[in-house]
Amino acid sequence: MDHADLFTETASFTIKHRSCLNPDGELLTKRDVQPDIQRWIDIYKGMLLTRMFEHKAVNLQRTGRLGIFATAFAQEAITVTLGHTMAKEDLLCPYYRDTGALLQRGVAMEELLLFWGGDERGSLFQSGHGDFPIATMVASQCLHAAGVAKAFQLRRHRGAVIASCGDGATSRGDFYEALNLAGVWRLPLVFVINNNQWAISVPLPQQTAARTLAQKALAAEVSCEQVDGNDCMAIHYAIREALDKARNNGGPTVIEALTYRAGEHSTADAPEYYRNEEQQRAARQALALDPVRRLSRYLRSQQKWNDLLENEWLMTCRATIEKAVTDYLHNPADKPESIFHYNYACWPEVLCAQMAELNDDERTSA
Amino acid sequence: MKEQVPETMVNALNRALHNAMTDNQDIILLGEDIAAKGGVFGVSKGLLARFGADRVIDTPLAEGMLAGISVGLASQGIIPVVEFQFSGFMLAAMEQIACHAARLRSRTRGRLSCPVVFRAPYGGGSHGAEFHSESPEALFAHLPGLRVVIPSSPAKAYGLLLSSIADPDPVVFLEPKRVYRTVCEPLPQPNTHYPLDRCFILRSGGDATLVSWGASIQETLAADVTLRQQGIHCDVIDVASIKPLDMATITQSVRKTGRCLIIHEAVRTGGVGAEIAAQISALAFPYLKTPPIRRAGFDIALPYYRLEPYFMTQPEHIVQSVIQLMNDDVRTAPISGQSYPSAYPGKCK
Ligand SMILES: Cc1ncc(C[n+]2csc(CCOP(=O)(O)OP(=O)(O)O)c2C)c(N)n1
Ligand SMILES: [Mg+2]
Repeated sequence: MDHADLFTETASFTIKHRSCLNPDGELLTKRDVQPDIQRWIDIYKGMLLTRMFEHKAVNLQRTGRLGIFATAFAQEAITVTLGHTMAKEDLLCPYYRDTGALLQRGVAMEELLLFWGGDERGSLFQSGHGDFPIATMVASQCLHAAGVAKAFQLRRHRGAVIASCGDGATSRGDFYEALNLAGVWRLPLVFVINNNQWAISVPLPQQTAARTLAQKALAAEVSCEQVDGNDCMAIHYAIREALDKARNNGGPTVIEALTYRAGEHSTADAPEYYRNEEQQRAARQALALDPVRRLSRYLRSQQKWNDLLENEWLMTCRATIEKAVTDYLHNPADKPESIFHYNYACWPEVLCAQMAELNDDERTSA
Repeated sequence: MKEQVPETMVNALNRALHNAMTDNQDIILLGEDIAAKGGVFGVSKGLLARFGADRVIDTPLAEGMLAGISVGLASQGIIPVVEFQFSGFMLAAMEQIACHAARLRSRTRGRLSCPVVFRAPYGGGSHGAEFHSESPEALFAHLPGLRVVIPSSPAKAYGLLLSSIADPDPVVFLEPKRVYRTVCEPLPQPNTHYPLDRCFILRSGGDATLVSWGASIQETLAADVTLRQQGIHCDVIDVASIKPLDMATITQSVRKTGRCLIIHEAVRTGGVGAEIAAQISALAFPYLKTPPIRRAGFDIALPYYRLEPYFMTQPEHIVQSVIQLMNDDVRTAPISGQSYPSAYPGKCK
């Protein structure tokens, strides 16, 4: 006997999945997407630029001129669309796979190269919008974003905050604590989960038993949805609506964007050692869902894009990247003394003494 | 002039928060039970009524979150003063404090900064539950980018908390709860800021230097009274600023006395006393008559409160150690391990 009469239903849930374009670039919606046509073109160009830049960055790493790099290869749609959709007055707390977003946010390529090339000056973001530095510590940025969102709320600033993270990050306390707080305080905060199914070598089923990551929001009474993470239109609408809602005191949203990590976790990784054959096949098949090709097909079908435009844009990208790389390679390391400069606003005396030690070393070894 | 009323440390902290928040609208308080209740020790009592719920904010119960959102808030020009209910619970916040608060300035080359005060009552002697009695200052002192401050008295709590709030970098402000209400003294003039990198010399004497901080200052001062009766006069130094250390003041004293005892409640190994002793050895070596020694907690888990008194340093211990110093006994102390019976209880087979 299960004593069903003892129970009433107090809550139940459904998770919605949004998609606009199928993998062949055909519209799945009656929604009029034409008013945003320039957007789709810009996002497409942003993805091409990101892909090319990241490809270059990997080459620089392979030839010893960057320490490490993590690309968003075949999952550029999320990060590029996210950066494109945000407004100037919004703030991004990015993670290491957000090169695409940061470029959209006006951060200079040279700075990103400096960051991955082991130089703190890469986080100055001189031409950006005050975004947080790139989070290396998984999920930590979720709490920083919640703090910024609280500051916006207290200051009545009309902006929203985005915390971008991976699927693995949603296992950490920082993610849950930020989510819980966002729900309680109705923070102007949007979580974007780049669900690429892997956290280095750990596949999602080993990360969580939850059927979706979006549903983690429900426990905090935060709105949520899942989107096709290779579909720029779906991502854009989801983020745009969430940001509008956040800016209008409507509270936080979690957007789980589904994609697949076709390549390595980073330049320090080799998936063939831990992905079995079936998983490697899945990774190859994921390329059929490539967001770049998908949007290209759509734009071409609308006569908004063609080989000529593509070649022109690729040339522009190449020139921009080459210039950034040249600038980066010619940018000498900062003075050794500078390692002391930014630890405190008002230096403790002991640091002055230790800096003198460093200078003595310099003199002796010179 | 009107006679000033002596105040407790709790009131001093409350007064400092009140004054700072009145002067600077950007200051907010965050913590668990700090608003309507006024904090478990009453430090923020009345501040909700005075400054409103936008500035005195009860958060959900999550310490890592408290530290993490402070980083975000501070990056936008808000100055959070965070209360952890007990220092034992700060460990969950360690990552956010060490990796994010303490490093925001350096990892952005000064583009963003993190003026936050992390307050917490710490230390033993108050019959608390498990994890309510530790002294974690050394854990924080090891972290670049932080300041660590420990007031020993109400006046210092007032002046040092004001300076900590005004400081442009994150400060861990540990409050010796054992003396929260047991020591009273008049507070300095309103808005007096004490320096964050200077020791306080509480007593002067030429025979030995006693260095301590926090609640242990009470036992140190009591010992000093006894020692004076025996004709031994010590400099008593209240370190107050655990990081950075004011080694100039300490060294000057030790060069004068040639003898130094460091007293702290925290466990001995890797404690801040070790750092002070190492620096004294380097900075005052030719002046030393005996090696600097420590009277600190045993390297054991803090006992529950029935046996806790055996862990705590008493004035007699301090007197004993100073007499040892005065008699040059330290030089002949056995090297540990050599002098134990072969069958002492903990010996591995
Ligand atoms: C707190 C923390 N733990 C471990 C790591 C090491 N690490 C770096 S990336 C990563 C996997 C993260 O996976 P996910 O969140 O899914 O993001 P993805 O890299 O797949 O985009 C790990 C374990 C880290 N950087 N931070
Ligand atoms: Mg992942």
